[in-house]
Amino acid sequence: MWSDLPLWPDQASTSAAQVDALYLFLIGLTIFLTALICGLVTFFAVRYRRRGPGDPVPEAIEGNTRLEILWTVIPFCIVMGLFVWSAALYVHLSRPPDGAMQVNVVGKRWMWKLQHLNGRREINELHVPAGSAVELTLTSEDVIHSFYVPAFRVKADVVPGRYTSMWFRATRPGTYHLFCAEYCGTKHSGMGGSVIVMEPAAFQAWLGGDTGESLVEAGTRLFGELGCATCHVDAAADSPSRGPKLAGLWGSEVTLHGGGTVTADEAYVRESILDPTAKITEGYPGVMPTFRGLMNEEQMLQLIAYVKSRGVAESAPPARKEAAQ
Amino acid sequence: MNRPHAEPALDYITAQYGVRSWLLTRDHKRIALLYLASVTAMFVLGGLFAVLIRLELLTPAGDLMQAETYNKVFTMHGIMMVFFFLIPGIPAVLGNFLVPLMVGAKDLAFPRLNLLSWYLYTIAGAFTLYAIVVGGVDTGWTFYTPYSTSWSTSNVIPVAFGIFIAGFSSILTGLNFIVTIHTMRAPGLTWFRLPLFIWAQYATSIIIMLGTPVLAITIVMLGLERGLHIGIFDPALGGDPVLFQHFFWFYSHPAVYIMILPAMGVMSELISTFSRKPVFGYPFVACSSLAIALLGFFVWGHHMFTSSQSVYAGLVFSILSFLVAIPSAVKVFNWTATLYKGSIRFDTPMLYAFGFIGLFTIGGLTGLFLACTGLDIHVHDTYFIVAHFHYIMVGGTIMAYLGGLHFWWPKITGKLYPEGWGRLSALIVFAGFNLTFFPQFVVGYLGMPRRYHAYPPEFQVLNVMSSAGASILGVGYLIPLVYFIWSMRYGRDAAANPWGATGLEWQTTSPPPTENFETVPVVTTHAYDYHAQAARERAAAAGGAGGGGGAA
Repeated sequence: MWSDLPLWPDQASTSAAQVDALYLFLIGLTIFLTALICGLVTFFAVRYRRRGPGDPVPEAIEGNTRLEILWTVIPFCIVMGLFVWSAALYVHLSRPPDGAMQVNVVGKRWMWKLQHLNGRREINELHVPAGSAVELTLTSEDVIHSFYVPAFRVKADVVPGRYTSMWFRATRPGTYHLFCAEYCGTKHSGMGGSVIVMEPAAFQAWLGGDTGESLVEAGTRLFGELGCATCHVDAAADSPSRGPKLAGLWGSEVTLHGGGTVTADEAYVRESILDPTAKITEGYPGVMPTFRGLMNEEQMLQLIAYVKSRGVAESAPPARKEAAQ
Repeated sequence: MNRPHAEPALDYITAQYGVRSWLLTRDHKRIALLYLASVTAMFVLGGLFAVLIRLELLTPAGDLMQAETYNKVFTMHGIMMVFFFLIPGIPAVLGNFLVPLMVGAKDLAFPRLNLLSWYLYTIAGAFTLYAIVVGGVDTGWTFYTPYSTSWSTSNVIPVAFGIFIAGFSSILTGLNFIVTIHTMRAPGLTWFRLPLFIWAQYATSIIIMLGTPVLAITIVMLGLERGLHIGIFDPALGGDPVLFQHFFWFYSHPAVYIMILPAMGVMSELISTFSRKPVFGYPFVACSSLAIALLGFFVWGHHMFTSSQSVYAGLVFSILSFLVAIPSAVKVFNWTATLYKGSIRFDTPMLYAFGFIGLFTIGGLTGLFLACTGLDIHVHDTYFIVAHFHYIMVGGTIMAYLGGLHFWWPKITGKLYPEGWGRLSALIVFAGFNLTFFPQFVVGYLGMPRRYHAYPPEFQVLNVMSSAGASILGVGYLIPLVYFIWSMRYGRDAAANPWGATGLEWQTTSPPPTENFETVPVVTTHAYDYHAQAARERAAAAGGAGGGGGAA
């Protein structure tokens, strides 16, 4: 009978147990305080019920400062404790561990398109290995969606024009619900699928099974097809180039024309491709045309993977400046 | 205590007859009745949409209506209930009727603006109904961008325009209350002698005045982007979709307090009257309304923990949300303490008040779950949220609204409602409510997202429970609707003060004359002095003097 009436969701990630612990504590607190309040109300209501119209007017009790301070301070302490506990959990959920396996996710009304680093694509399904941290980079092609896996207790809004991320470490092989949690129009409730947690060896076999180009390969190809290489030339340090070099760009602090710096991350690279004049690298002319409309979000992620593959910053920004002069 | 009058005195209802006398009235009491009729109509309509939602969710497959229709149905349910029932409900009906009476004034400060506010509400409602008739809207009551501006093909602009107009109606009511409470209090009625209902209306009016313009501006921007493709929110036009959420919740979170604060005001009156004791810790309860009103403006980001706002912003909004919970919790403790050594009666309004305490406690405590950032990630946008805010909005606001309506019904109409039916309806509402919404906490934690037309089969049992509860709740709401209407014609005449309450409104006749008081009352005691009230009653019984007129 209980199989028809589930009361507890599957626990299939390392954070699930942590979230559930806080949830259980709160349930305990709720039961305790609700019982206390309802018990007192019931007791007073019965004990001090009016027995007849002749009952005297009860003595007025205006208040009791000590009691009121007490029942302000105690809840204050309780909620501050809850704040600290939940904030620690929140920060933990927001910070993916280093070396997490990367998967790109693009939401589109009403489907999920996913791509692994080696190029393996999935639609409305996500295969992950048990025991490894997985980090998703998410964006949307149209409206806001939200990627939600209840069994992992994780959720992240998928916002057009932005990259959001989430991570989890699955613990138990199995198939779990994937939902879109942010209302996105007609078939919102159909925009779901499953997350399939596999034993690591089985996952490796699955992952290697049907790959095309890897993300970096696809990005490299796009880089050529779109003519990016015409300007973003990685020639010798003393030869001029019209666009900033990409080698060592990722993660560096880019000095901007007109002052200020920006960290070269997903959002920066995306903006530079779609809206090149928004942030012009110091020392370069603002001549790059926009590539808006020439690629979809998945291709954008492939290009970003390519830029990333050109290596994390080692040479200091001044070197690029000199090259431009 | 039905005293025969020497001549049949004219009250505000019998003072004039004819449709014109109602549609052009400037009497706050008549305007309150106009509001009562229109707000009730909107509640019934919103309720019918809820019936459709619960019918569709009886089965996992989306088999009763098309997905598109379902999306419109839950959107219209939310819009009707939030903007046309919960927000205006207690202030425009009970507040309109009671604020002048409770402060001992003849009317509100601006009677013509008050009538205009009802007309604006009616126009807004008509506009929204028109939009439903020509096809409805499917964005959810939250109108999230860029869906609402660039993707939805439904009637976003007419509905948003309706809400825009309704906002002005709220603003006029808030303005009227603030000015009236500041300038028109009876002689001797100092701030700390005011009934707590007035404090609650005052705090609510502040929120209305400060928050509603932001909603209006947001709707204008939404219209500009949807109609003229000016990029504000849609990234394809160079906008930022999350910016809309900030604007929207900057109003709509305080709007939650617009809905619940007046209900808390009603609660203080009910608990005090039916236990014949002053509200425990009056100054704190009064000031906590203001504290909630002000703190309530700084917690909007707790609707956006998963929205991609920064972790730091999330933490700040989390801690502020925890803080705003404290004044609400203290109010519950103070009401409970008021019962201690009281003289407690179990009339219908008090049963609703007991129901409120239980449901609001659960609603408030589950709010703590959501202020917990790390836990909110999981339950955000699931049925857990739906259950939580229905415990506050339906379990809190509607319970208090019904309790208040029963409490002041004798004053409003001069008639008594049938007490036995009243108590029965209060019990049915309480039971039906819990059966409807408690299972939604469970199904929400299991992971069922809100606004789902179809859902996985393992959630069915809990959804069936919820739909069954909703049908009981519906019966609970229908019973008062029937006997209230019945009582207007067939109810027994009510005395001036059937509950032995202390407010100034009880010291005039039921129903009151158009000018409210025969002589301007003078106040010499604080709001809840039942000894003075008992002395007045003894004097009236001994002297056989007229029942109406001035205070002690």
